[in-house]
Amino acid sequence: MIVIKVLGTGCAKCKQMENTVRTVVANMGIEATVEKVEDIEKIMEYNVMVTPVLVIDEKVTIKGRVPSEQEVKALLS
Amino acid sequence: MFDWIQYFADWLIYSIIGIQQGTHLGDALNFFVYDTIKILVLLLLITFLMGIVNAYFPIDRIRNFLSRNKLYGGEYVMASSFGAVTPFCSCSSVPLFIGFVKGGIPLGVTFAFLITSPLVNEVAVAIFLGMFGFKTTVIYVVSGILLGVVSGIILGKMNLEPLLTEWVRTIQANAERERETFELEKLTLLQRLPGIWNEAFGIVKSVFPYVIIGIGIGAAMHGYVPEGFFEKYIGKDTWYAVPLAVILGVPMYANAAGIVPVIQVFVAKGIPIGTSLAFMMAVVGLSIPEATLLKKVMTGKLIAIFFGVVSACIILSGYVFNAIL
Repeated sequence: MIVIKVLGTGCAKCKQMENTVRTVVANMGIEATVEKVEDIEKIMEYNVMVTPVLVIDEKVTIKGRVPSEQEVKALLS
Repeated sequence: MFDWIQYFADWLIYSIIGIQQGTHLGDALNFFVYDTIKILVLLLLITFLMGIVNAYFPIDRIRNFLSRNKLYGGEYVMASSFGAVTPFCSCSSVPLFIGFVKGGIPLGVTFAFLITSPLVNEVAVAIFLGMFGFKTTVIYVVSGILLGVVSGIILGKMNLEPLLTEWVRTIQANAERERETFELEKLTLLQRLPGIWNEAFGIVKSVFPYVIIGIGIGAAMHGYVPEGFFEKYIGKDTWYAVPLAVILGVPMYANAAGIVPVIQVFVAKGIPIGTSLAFMMAVVGLSIPEATLLKKVMTGKLIAIFFGVVSACIILSGYVFNAIL
Protein backbone atom coordinates (compact mmCIF):
# COMPACT_ATOMS: atom_id res chain seq x y z
CA MET A 1 0.00 0.00 0.00
CA ILE A 2 1.56 3.23 -1.12
CA VAL A 3 0.65 6.49 0.58
CA ILE A 4 0.72 9.38 -1.83
CA LYS A 5 0.23 12.99 -0.81
CA VAL A 6 -0.09 16.03 -3.00
CA LEU A 7 0.80 19.19 -1.10
CA GLY A 8 -0.59 22.46 -2.35
CA THR A 9 -2.80 25.30 -1.30
CA GLY A 10 -5.14 24.96 -4.25
CA CYS A 11 -3.67 26.75 -7.22
CA ALA A 12 -3.98 25.51 -10.79
CA LYS A 13 -0.67 23.65 -10.79
CA CYS A 14 -1.58 21.79 -7.62
CA LYS A 15 -4.83 20.57 -9.12
CA GLN A 16 -3.01 19.52 -12.27
CA MET A 17 -0.57 17.47 -10.21
CA GLU A 18 -3.39 15.82 -8.29
CA ASN A 19 -5.17 14.88 -11.51
CA THR A 20 -2.01 13.47 -13.06
CA VAL A 21 -1.29 11.37 -10.00
CA ARG A 22 -4.84 10.05 -9.78
CA THR A 23 -4.83 9.13 -13.46
CA VAL A 24 -1.55 7.25 -13.16
CA VAL A 25 -2.66 5.39 -10.04
CA ALA A 26 -5.89 4.35 -11.75
CA ASN A 27 -4.10 3.27 -14.92
CA MET A 28 -1.47 1.25 -13.10
CA GLY A 29 -4.07 -0.39 -10.89
CA ILE A 30 -1.81 -0.24 -7.85
CA GLU A 31 -2.94 -0.07 -4.25
CA ALA A 32 -2.41 3.48 -3.21
CA THR A 33 -4.14 6.27 -1.40
CA VAL A 34 -3.97 9.75 -2.80
CA GLU A 35 -4.44 12.57 -0.34
CA LYS A 36 -4.50 16.27 -1.04
CA VAL A 37 -2.90 18.29 1.77
CA GLU A 38 -4.02 21.90 1.78
CA ASP A 39 -3.22 23.02 5.31
CA ILE A 40 -0.18 25.25 5.11
CA GLU A 41 1.17 24.27 8.54
CA LYS A 42 1.12 20.60 7.53
CA ILE A 43 2.74 21.44 4.21
CA MET A 44 5.56 23.24 5.97
CA GLU A 45 6.39 20.12 7.95
CA TYR A 46 7.85 18.72 4.75
CA ASN A 47 10.38 21.53 4.54
CA VAL A 48 9.41 22.68 1.09
CA MET A 49 9.30 26.20 -0.28
CA VAL A 50 7.40 25.75 -3.49
CA THR A 51 4.18 24.00 -4.32
CA PRO A 52 2.92 21.67 -5.64
CA VAL A 53 4.82 18.84 -3.98
CA LEU A 54 4.51 15.12 -4.54
CA VAL A 55 5.16 13.00 -1.45
CA ILE A 56 5.37 9.24 -1.81
CA ASP A 57 5.50 7.25 1.43
CA GLU A 58 6.50 10.41 3.32
CA LYS A 59 9.38 11.11 0.96
CA VAL A 60 9.41 14.34 -1.04
CA THR A 61 9.94 13.49 -4.69
CA ILE A 62 8.87 16.36 -6.93
CA LYS A 63 8.45 19.97 -5.92
CA GLY A 64 7.43 23.16 -7.65
CA ARG A 65 6.34 21.72 -10.96
CA VAL A 66 3.79 19.47 -12.55
CA PRO A 67 5.30 16.12 -13.52
CA SER A 68 4.41 14.16 -16.63
CA GLU A 69 2.48 10.92 -16.30
CA GLN A 70 5.54 8.89 -17.25
CA GLU A 71 7.53 10.53 -14.51
CA VAL A 72 4.96 9.70 -11.86
CA LYS A 73 4.74 6.18 -13.22
CA ALA A 74 8.50 5.74 -12.88
CA LEU A 75 8.40 7.00 -9.29
CA LEU A 76 5.63 4.59 -8.36
CA SER A 77 7.08 1.42 -9.85
CA MET B 1 13.16 40.07 -36.37
CA PHE B 2 9.37 40.11 -36.55
CA ASP B 3 8.97 41.02 -40.22
CA TRP B 4 7.83 37.52 -41.08
CA ILE B 5 4.90 37.81 -38.72
CA GLN B 6 3.80 41.02 -40.45
CA TYR B 7 4.02 39.28 -43.84
CA PHE B 8 2.01 36.41 -42.44
CA ALA B 9 -0.65 38.68 -40.96
CA ASP B 10 -0.91 40.68 -44.22
CA TRP B 11 -1.19 37.49 -46.23
CA LEU B 12 -3.76 35.93 -43.91
CA ILE B 13 -6.03 38.94 -43.58
CA TYR B 14 -5.76 40.61 -46.97
CA SER B 15 -5.24 37.64 -49.29
CA ILE B 16 -6.78 34.61 -47.66
CA ILE B 17 -9.70 36.12 -45.76
CA GLY B 18 -9.89 38.86 -48.34
CA ILE B 19 -10.59 41.94 -46.24
CA GLN B 20 -9.53 45.14 -47.93
CA GLN B 21 -6.32 46.68 -46.64
CA GLY B 22 -6.96 50.10 -45.08
CA THR B 23 -10.42 49.29 -43.77
CA HIS B 24 -10.95 49.62 -40.05
CA LEU B 25 -11.84 45.96 -39.58
CA GLY B 26 -8.97 44.70 -41.72
CA ASP B 27 -6.40 46.76 -39.87
CA ALA B 28 -7.76 45.79 -36.47
CA LEU B 29 -7.68 42.08 -37.36
CA ASN B 30 -4.23 42.43 -38.85
CA PHE B 31 -3.04 44.12 -35.66
CA PHE B 32 -4.62 41.40 -33.53
CA VAL B 33 -3.01 38.55 -35.50
CA TYR B 34 0.38 40.25 -35.56
CA ASP B 35 0.37 41.06 -31.83
CA THR B 36 -0.87 37.65 -30.79
CA ILE B 37 1.73 35.72 -32.78
CA LYS B 38 4.56 38.02 -31.77
CA ILE B 39 3.73 37.69 -28.10
CA LEU B 40 3.28 33.94 -28.38
CA VAL B 41 6.76 33.61 -29.89
CA LEU B 42 8.33 35.87 -27.26
CA LEU B 43 6.54 34.05 -24.45
CA LEU B 44 7.78 30.65 -25.55
CA LEU B 45 11.32 31.90 -26.05
CA ILE B 46 11.59 33.70 -22.73
CA THR B 47 9.88 31.09 -20.56
CA PHE B 48 12.19 28.49 -22.09
CA LEU B 49 15.30 30.58 -21.38
CA MET B 50 14.11 31.28 -17.84
CA GLY B 51 13.54 27.55 -17.39
CA ILE B 52 17.19 26.93 -18.21
CA VAL B 53 18.32 29.67 -15.81
CA ASN B 54 16.15 28.17 -13.11
CA ALA B 55 17.62 24.74 -13.62
CA TYR B 56 20.84 26.26 -12.30
CA PHE B 57 19.31 28.26 -9.46
CA PRO B 58 16.85 26.07 -7.60
CA ILE B 59 15.13 27.99 -4.82
CA ASP B 60 16.86 25.95 -2.09
CA ARG B 61 20.23 26.99 -3.41
CA ILE B 62 19.17 30.65 -3.41
CA ARG B 63 17.98 30.40 0.15
CA ASN B 64 21.21 28.78 1.28
CA PHE B 65 23.21 31.44 -0.50
CA LEU B 66 21.29 34.24 1.18
CA SER B 67 21.47 32.74 4.65
CA ARG B 68 25.18 31.99 4.42
CA ASN B 69 26.52 35.22 3.02
CA LYS B 70 26.76 38.59 4.74
CA LEU B 71 26.56 41.04 1.90
CA TYR B 72 26.39 44.42 3.67
CA GLY B 73 23.12 45.50 2.10
CA GLY B 74 23.79 43.63 -1.11
CA GLU B 75 21.55 40.84 0.14
CA TYR B 76 18.52 43.01 -0.59
CA VAL B 77 19.62 43.42 -4.20
CA MET B 78 20.35 39.70 -4.46
CA ALA B 79 17.01 38.68 -2.96
CA SER B 80 15.10 41.08 -5.17
CA SER B 81 16.94 39.95 -8.33
CA PHE B 82 16.38 36.32 -7.44
CA GLY B 83 12.73 37.19 -7.03
CA ALA B 84 12.75 38.47 -10.58
CA VAL B 85 14.18 35.32 -12.15
CA THR B 86 12.29 32.71 -10.17
CA PRO B 87 8.80 31.96 -11.32
CA PHE B 88 6.32 30.64 -8.85
CA CYS B 89 2.60 30.86 -8.60
CA SER B 90 1.08 33.13 -6.00
CA CYS B 91 0.13 30.26 -3.74
CA SER B 92 3.80 29.47 -3.18
CA SER B 93 4.37 32.78 -1.46
CA VAL B 94 3.54 31.47 2.00
CA PRO B 95 5.74 28.36 1.81
CA LEU B 96 8.54 30.53 0.42
CA PHE B 97 8.11 33.03 3.20
CA ILE B 98 8.37 30.31 5.86
CA GLY B 99 11.27 28.70 4.07
CA PHE B 100 13.19 31.95 4.14
CA VAL B 101 12.36 32.61 7.79
CA LYS B 102 13.52 29.08 8.61
CA GLY B 103 16.81 29.71 6.89
CA GLY B 104 17.42 32.62 9.25
CA ILE B 105 17.08 35.19 6.49
CA PRO B 106 16.10 38.63 7.87
CA LEU B 107 12.51 39.68 7.38
CA GLY B 108 13.38 42.69 5.22
CA VAL B 109 15.34 40.54 2.77
CA THR B 110 12.48 38.07 2.61
CA PHE B 111 10.11 40.92 1.80
CA ALA B 112 12.43 42.16 -0.96
CA PHE B 113 12.12 38.72 -2.58
CA LEU B 114 8.36 38.51 -2.10
CA ILE B 115 7.69 41.95 -3.57
CA THR B 116 9.70 41.54 -6.75
CA SER B 117 8.65 38.01 -7.50
CA PRO B 118 5.14 38.69 -8.83
CA LEU B 119 6.15 42.04 -10.39
CA VAL B 120 8.93 40.84 -12.60
CA ASN B 121 8.64 37.45 -14.20
CA GLU B 122 9.12 35.78 -17.55
CA VAL B 123 5.53 36.31 -18.64
CA ALA B 124 5.52 40.02 -17.82
CA VAL B 125 8.87 40.53 -19.53
CA ALA B 126 7.83 38.71 -22.70
CA ILE B 127 4.61 40.65 -23.10
CA PHE B 128 6.27 43.93 -22.22
CA LEU B 129 8.90 43.32 -24.89
CA GLY B 130 6.19 42.59 -27.41
CA MET B 131 4.08 45.64 -26.65
CA PHE B 132 6.45 48.36 -25.48
CA GLY B 133 9.84 47.43 -26.91
CA PHE B 134 13.22 46.98 -25.32
CA LYS B 135 13.79 50.28 -23.54
CA THR B 136 10.54 50.36 -21.55
CA THR B 137 11.01 46.69 -20.65
CA VAL B 138 14.44 47.37 -19.17
CA ILE B 139 13.05 50.33 -17.23
CA TYR B 140 10.22 48.18 -15.94
CA VAL B 141 12.49 45.33 -14.83
CA VAL B 142 15.02 47.62 -13.15
CA SER B 143 12.34 49.59 -11.35
CA GLY B 144 10.60 46.40 -10.23
CA ILE B 145 13.84 45.18 -8.68
CA LEU B 146 14.54 48.58 -7.10
CA LEU B 147 11.03 48.66 -5.69
CA GLY B 148 11.67 45.34 -3.94
CA VAL B 149 15.02 46.55 -2.59
CA VAL B 150 13.76 49.88 -1.26
CA SER B 151 10.56 48.47 0.26
CA GLY B 152 12.55 45.56 1.73
CA ILE B 153 15.07 47.89 3.38
CA ILE B 154 12.34 50.11 4.83
CA LEU B 155 10.39 47.10 6.16
CA GLY B 156 13.59 45.57 7.50
CA LYS B 157 14.28 48.70 9.57
CA MET B 158 10.87 48.60 11.22
CA ASN B 159 11.39 45.63 13.57
CA LEU B 160 8.28 43.83 12.48
CA GLU B 161 9.15 40.37 13.84
CA PRO B 162 6.69 40.63 16.79
CA LEU B 163 3.88 41.06 14.27
CA LEU B 164 4.34 37.65 12.70
CA THR B 165 1.80 35.04 13.72
CA GLU B 166 2.63 32.84 16.66
CA TRP B 167 3.67 29.68 14.85
CA VAL B 168 5.93 31.60 12.50
CA ARG B 169 7.69 33.21 15.44
CA THR B 170 8.31 29.78 16.90
CA ILE B 171 9.86 28.70 13.62
CA GLN B 172 11.96 31.83 13.56
CA ALA B 173 13.21 31.28 17.10
CA ASN B 174 14.34 27.81 16.13
CA ALA B 175 15.85 28.89 12.86
CA GLU B 176 19.32 27.61 12.53
CA ARG B 177 21.53 28.68 9.78
CA GLU B 178 21.65 25.12 8.76
CA ARG B 179 22.25 24.24 5.20
CA GLU B 180 19.55 21.77 4.71
CA THR B 181 20.88 19.35 2.23
CA PHE B 182 18.93 19.32 -0.92
CA GLU B 183 19.08 16.87 -3.70
CA LEU B 184 20.16 18.34 -6.94
CA GLU B 185 18.49 16.68 -9.82
CA LYS B 186 21.17 14.49 -11.22
CA LEU B 187 20.34 14.91 -14.86
CA THR B 188 22.50 16.81 -17.32
CA LEU B 189 21.11 19.93 -18.87
CA LEU B 190 20.62 18.15 -22.18
CA GLN B 191 18.54 15.45 -20.53
CA ARG B 192 16.46 18.06 -18.80
CA LEU B 193 15.78 20.19 -21.88
CA PRO B 194 12.66 18.28 -22.93
CA GLY B 195 11.23 18.74 -19.43
CA ILE B 196 12.07 22.44 -19.43
CA TRP B 197 10.52 22.81 -22.86
CA ASN B 198 7.34 21.04 -21.75
CA GLU B 199 7.14 23.27 -18.72
CA ALA B 200 7.61 26.42 -20.81
CA PHE B 201 4.93 25.20 -23.18
CA GLY B 202 2.63 24.52 -20.23
CA ILE B 203 3.15 28.03 -18.84
CA VAL B 204 2.46 29.63 -22.20
CA LYS B 205 -0.63 27.50 -22.65
CA SER B 206 -1.99 28.47 -19.26
CA VAL B 207 -1.46 32.23 -19.63
CA PHE B 208 -2.43 32.46 -23.26
CA PRO B 209 -6.18 32.84 -22.75
CA TYR B 210 -5.44 35.89 -20.58
CA VAL B 211 -3.17 37.32 -23.25
CA ILE B 212 -5.90 36.91 -25.86
CA ILE B 213 -8.48 38.52 -23.59
CA GLY B 214 -6.04 41.32 -22.79
CA ILE B 215 -5.24 41.96 -26.45
CA GLY B 216 -8.94 41.74 -27.26
CA ILE B 217 -9.88 44.35 -24.66
CA GLY B 218 -6.94 46.40 -25.85
CA ALA B 219 -8.05 46.18 -29.49
CA ALA B 220 -11.63 47.12 -28.59
CA MET B 221 -10.46 50.10 -26.57
CA HIS B 222 -8.19 51.11 -29.44
CA GLY B 223 -11.22 51.29 -31.65
CA TYR B 224 -13.77 52.90 -29.37
CA VAL B 225 -11.93 55.09 -26.91
CA PRO B 226 -11.07 58.33 -28.67
CA GLU B 227 -7.47 59.45 -28.87
CA GLY B 228 -6.47 61.55 -25.87
CA PHE B 229 -9.67 60.59 -24.02
CA PHE B 230 -8.01 59.95 -20.69
CA GLU B 231 -5.68 62.87 -21.07
CA LYS B 232 -8.52 65.26 -20.42
CA TYR B 233 -9.03 63.78 -16.98
CA ILE B 234 -5.66 62.43 -15.92
CA GLY B 235 -2.79 64.06 -17.65
CA LYS B 236 0.68 64.64 -16.29
CA ASP B 237 -0.44 67.73 -14.43
CA THR B 238 -3.08 65.97 -12.38
CA TRP B 239 -1.12 65.53 -9.18
CA TYR B 240 -3.47 62.96 -7.63
CA ALA B 241 -3.53 60.66 -10.68
CA VAL B 242 -0.72 58.37 -9.48
CA PRO B 243 -2.00 57.75 -5.94
CA LEU B 244 -5.50 57.30 -7.32
CA ALA B 245 -4.29 54.71 -9.84
CA VAL B 246 -2.46 52.82 -7.09
CA ILE B 247 -5.39 52.91 -4.67
CA LEU B 248 -7.66 51.57 -7.40
CA GLY B 249 -5.12 48.93 -8.40
CA VAL B 250 -4.23 47.43 -5.03
CA PRO B 251 -7.49 45.54 -4.33
CA MET B 252 -7.67 44.27 -7.92
CA TYR B 253 -5.88 41.23 -9.06
CA ALA B 254 -4.89 40.26 -12.56
CA ASN B 255 -1.80 38.49 -13.73
CA ALA B 256 0.77 40.29 -15.79
CA ALA B 257 -0.38 38.50 -18.94
CA GLY B 258 -3.79 40.09 -18.92
CA ILE B 259 -2.91 43.54 -17.68
CA VAL B 260 -0.05 44.57 -19.98
CA PRO B 261 -2.13 44.81 -23.19
CA VAL B 262 -4.65 46.98 -21.34
CA ILE B 263 -1.89 49.21 -19.98
CA GLN B 264 -0.61 49.64 -23.50
CA VAL B 265 -3.93 51.16 -24.52
CA PHE B 266 -3.89 53.47 -21.50
CA VAL B 267 -0.53 54.77 -22.65
CA ALA B 268 -1.63 55.03 -26.28
CA LYS B 269 -4.71 57.02 -25.26
CA GLY B 270 -2.80 59.56 -23.25
CA ILE B 271 -2.33 58.34 -19.68
CA PRO B 272 1.26 59.09 -18.66
CA ILE B 273 3.46 56.00 -18.60
CA GLY B 274 4.41 56.44 -14.94
CA THR B 275 0.78 56.50 -13.88
CA SER B 276 0.07 53.43 -16.02
CA LEU B 277 3.04 51.46 -14.69
CA ALA B 278 2.13 52.37 -11.12
CA PHE B 279 -1.38 51.07 -11.76
CA MET B 280 -0.01 47.84 -13.22
CA MET B 281 2.42 47.27 -10.33
CA ALA B 282 -0.39 47.81 -7.83
CA VAL B 283 -2.62 45.32 -9.64
CA VAL B 284 0.02 42.64 -10.11
CA GLY B 285 2.04 43.10 -6.93
CA LEU B 286 -0.60 43.59 -4.26
CA SER B 287 -4.08 42.16 -4.08
CA ILE B 288 -6.80 41.06 -1.71
CA PRO B 289 -6.28 37.35 -2.50
CA GLU B 290 -2.61 37.76 -1.59
CA ALA B 291 -3.49 39.46 1.69
CA THR B 292 -5.76 36.53 2.52
CA LEU B 293 -2.95 34.07 1.90
CA LEU B 294 -0.51 36.09 3.98
CA LYS B 295 -2.91 36.09 6.92
CA LYS B 296 -1.56 32.66 7.75
CA VAL B 297 1.85 34.10 8.55
CA MET B 298 1.28 37.74 9.40
CA THR B 299 -1.04 39.63 11.69
CA GLY B 300 -3.44 42.08 10.09
CA LYS B 301 -1.32 44.96 11.31
CA LEU B 302 1.78 43.61 9.58
CA ILE B 303 -0.13 43.06 6.34
CA ALA B 304 -1.37 46.63 6.53
CA ILE B 305 2.16 47.95 7.07
CA PHE B 306 3.49 45.76 4.26
CA PHE B 307 0.84 46.94 1.81
CA GLY B 308 1.24 50.52 2.96
CA VAL B 309 5.00 50.64 2.46
CA VAL B 310 4.86 48.91 -0.92
CA SER B 311 2.02 51.17 -2.13
CA ALA B 312 3.96 54.24 -1.06
CA CYS B 313 7.01 53.02 -3.00
CA ILE B 314 4.88 52.31 -6.08
CA ILE B 315 3.40 55.81 -5.92
CA LEU B 316 6.86 57.30 -5.61
CA SER B 317 8.11 55.32 -8.60
CA GLY B 318 5.08 56.49 -10.61
CA TYR B 319 6.03 60.13 -9.99
CA VAL B 320 9.65 59.41 -10.85
CA PHE B 321 8.65 57.79 -14.17
CA ASN B 322 6.38 60.67 -15.08
CA ALA B 323 9.20 63.07 -14.35
CA ILE B 324 11.93 61.30 -16.33
CA LEU B 325 10.09 59.67 -19.24
